[in-house]
Amino acid sequence: MGTGESDVDCNETIERLYTYLDGELTDERRIEIKRHLDDCPPCLHAFDFESELRQVIADRCKDRVPEALRQRIHDALQAESESHPAGS
Amino acid sequence: MADQARFADLAMEHMPSLYSAALRMTRNPADAEDLVQETFLKAYRAFGRFEEGTNLKAWLYKILTNTFINSYRAAKRRPEKADVEDVEDLYLYHRLGDLQATGTGRSAEDEMFDHFTDDEVKQALESLPESFRMAVLLADVEGFSYKEIAEITDVPIGTVMSRIHRGRKALQKALLDYAVARGLVGSADTGH
Repeated sequence: MGTGESDVDCNETIERLYTYLDGELTDERRIEIKRHLDDCPPCLHAFDFESELRQVIADRCKDRVPEALRQRIHDALQAESESHPAGS
Repeated sequence: MADQARFADLAMEHMPSLYSAALRMTRNPADAEDLVQETFLKAYRAFGRFEEGTNLKAWLYKILTNTFINSYRAAKRRPEKADVEDVEDLYLYHRLGDLQATGTGRSAEDEMFDHFTDDEVKQALESLPESFRMAVLLADVEGFSYKEIAEITDVPIGTVMSRIHRGRKALQKALLDYAVARGLVGSADTGH
């Protein structure tokens, strides 16, 4: 295992952590980082934290659309389609 | 060419996320509502040019972003702080690392996340300078790729990446400030 291949170290893993998290690494790089995370519990723990934090941000930044706004938009689009019928 | 009659079917499902994005951008509920309404109207009018089957969400977000930049970006008397402080990698992770979990079987970090209110998370994001706020919003809340964000915001991918990474760290700093203010983390522990 690892014969002649360059393994990434913790520093390099942490540096690339966000890009890895975002799924934006090349396949080759992604495999390298994953291999390191599989073998390095401290780095994996840090990765899990960042991954969870990202999910927390996404889950918490949701808002309910006010019903009045939905209605206003519906009415505005209705008015628009009546004054500019499709094909005219 | 997409048919305007299909617009409601296809576009309306994106209203909640566009509305949230508008709130984070404008930081003002009345402006956010106007922004979303204007976006939908513009999108409807332009829908004939949208190629059905391509990325509708990204297309809508580009209209939202352009409308925000052109119409709602407040005229500033003083220039907004446009940059964020550079903090090290794993900023929040390192500062929470010494916390002891309260024995519920969950990690201290997991418990920490529970303590933040929705409003605190939203305000933390809204506290970021605009370009960083947009990048983190589009990446983390809406899940767009770097390439999509580059197209939506009309900046190079390298810049997108830098703003996301630095913006996330700035967001973590803002969250830590809340945690310290609420006594969840001792300021002595954080070097604050």
